[in-house]
Amino acid sequence: MAFYIARRLFWTLIVVAAVIAITFVVFYLLPAGDPALRFAGKNPNQTELDLIRHRLGLDQAWYVQFGKFIKTFFTGDQYGWPGLGYTFAGQSSVLHLILERAPRTLLLIMGSAILWLTTGVAIGVISAVKRRSAVDRAAMGFALFGISAPVFWLGLMALYIFWRQLGWAGGTGYVSPVDSVTGFFSHMILPWVVLASLYAAFYARMTRNNLLETLGEDYIRTARAKGLSERRVIFKHGLRASLTPIVTMFGLDVALLVGGAVITESVFNIQGLGYLAINGALTQDLPTVLGVVLLAAVAVAVMNLLVDVLYAFIDPRVRYV
Amino acid sequence: MTDDRLLLDVRDLTVRFPTSDGVVQAVSDVSFTLSRGETLGVVGESGSGKSVSNLAIMGLLNRQRTAIAGEVLFQGRDLLTLQSEELRQIRGKDIAMVFQDPFACLHPMYRVGAQIAEAVTAHQNVSKTRAWERAVELLGHVGIPNAKSRARDYPHQFSGGMRQRAMIAMALVHNPAVLICDEPTTALDVTVQAQIIELIEEVKREFDIGVILVTHDLGVVAETANSVMVMYAGRMMEYGPAREIFEQPQHPYAWGLLDSMPSVERRLSALVPIEGSPPSLLAPPAGCPFHPRCRFRFEPCPTERPPLVAPVPEAHPDACHLPWDDKVREGSKRSVVQIGDAA
Repeated sequence: MAFYIARRLFWTLIVVAAVIAITFVVFYLLPAGDPALRFAGKNPNQTELDLIRHRLGLDQAWYVQFGKFIKTFFTGDQYGWPGLGYTFAGQSSVLHLILERAPRTLLLIMGSAILWLTTGVAIGVISAVKRRSAVDRAAMGFALFGISAPVFWLGLMALYIFWRQLGWAGGTGYVSPVDSVTGFFSHMILPWVVLASLYAAFYARMTRNNLLETLGEDYIRTARAKGLSERRVIFKHGLRASLTPIVTMFGLDVALLVGGAVITESVFNIQGLGYLAINGALTQDLPTVLGVVLLAAVAVAVMNLLVDVLYAFIDPRVRYV
Repeated sequence: MTDDRLLLDVRDLTVRFPTSDGVVQAVSDVSFTLSRGETLGVVGESGSGKSVSNLAIMGLLNRQRTAIAGEVLFQGRDLLTLQSEELRQIRGKDIAMVFQDPFACLHPMYRVGAQIAEAVTAHQNVSKTRAWERAVELLGHVGIPNAKSRARDYPHQFSGGMRQRAMIAMALVHNPAVLICDEPTTALDVTVQAQIIELIEEVKREFDIGVILVTHDLGVVAETANSVMVMYAGRMMEYGPAREIFEQPQHPYAWGLLDSMPSVERRLSALVPIEGSPPSLLAPPAGCPFHPRCRFRFEPCPTERPPLVAPVPEAHPDACHLPWDDKVREGSKRSVVQIGDAA
């Protein structure tokens, strides 16, 4: 197991390096314009442009910059380790920027993940057990709604109803829990629920279908033949076997949201990592984009590893060598 | 055989599955009895209603989606009228079941010992340690070597025969009165099959229980059964003491099964398959359900369903219109001397 994890970590490093290299290539081979032009003011002359390029390091070939990036990453910069360089705009530390924004996104993901996992699985179980009943139909109707409703629309509707009309929730923006716990919750509750509703719908459907399939297995009949109560049959024997695909999905979903909760972050003006990445891309701020991409890639790789390790605990047939 | 040894008295058991295509007539008017120390062999092709009858007795059919009629008297109580909680208390305790495919019947994610221990605690208020000890004890009893350490294994670490032994151990947890074995050897290697059948017979003698052995292997039935029920299209075709059925089979379907059974003496070229396949239970044929495939059919067969009655007082009941003389003539051609006459 330890060897397996070590090997996986090694491959994770390679994958992350490849992701960074691809980001470099995309940035330079598919240019949407010269980043230097953004800082040069109106009607720049060639000398000014060259100066700016030199200052930003853009006069070097992309692989040289890539090498420098990797080097800084491992050796660190004046803001500590890992060194992520400085933004084009303002020359501030990318690491600092990410550390400032990451808690917002991570808290958004955590709250929402807890919500969608619990409600999604619970709804799925109820639906499967009460198959074809009114409860099942209502739950699956909700699931269809959750999957179909766009997050930006759902977010705006939620804000309109629960903030503007009813005044139950705080509005947009982010309040740090360090500053005000109640303010934090009242501002986060809507983004949590809105983001979770999409995933809860998916998870409800997946849980229902998996559980229904599992309940048709022969070992479920054995469990009933033993004289176990229906509750035990479903929760101990049925749910455990339907859990593996849900764990896989959960790991990936959480990881992808690290850099991908852009719409929710925008609608609720949370300004987390996704917002940072999009802004970086729009202003051609390569170091910022690289920083977020790096973090997102690491998140995906780490969650995948975690899921694989968890597999071995859920299903004894999975053994790593 | 005295009446207090009677365990099961099944009367006119009928099972229907309503589907969107119509009603599946899975089991129709099945009646039989089972006593302590008796092995009842239930034979027939796939889809003849053997398994469904047993699932109905166990109460393992979904009551919302199945219509079950008749009576299943277990020690005087009609199981079909019991609430699901009352039935649960009988299931696995007084009536236990061993299924066909031991590869699919054990939960892949729990230790074998834990699954047996769970059967203990399902009906008995004992500690987990005590339940585990009982599981180990039973695993040893059914012939698993090193039961103590093997109990900690997961099912995928067991061979097919060992899994079936574990299933039997699980069924024996509460010394059930009735053990239903639904094709217990079909999924196993031939050499292992004999061991499992032997184990079931040992268990029957040791605990003095009644065994229902569902199989399409007539050889197994000939060796172990005291009585035999031949089923076709959800109906009983012939029912009687095993010795009589093998010495003097009365129903053309039973003849067909015997003709198609390979044995050491019989060469492959001598096997005669039953032409055609079992009918759809959505729309079984009128009259005798077997008549489209029967080589002996005559004028009443397609229209009149033969009742299950003894053709002459000294014979056992069958459901066939053929005159008794024909039955005697054709039946004696197929007479099989039973190998291990249990009766």
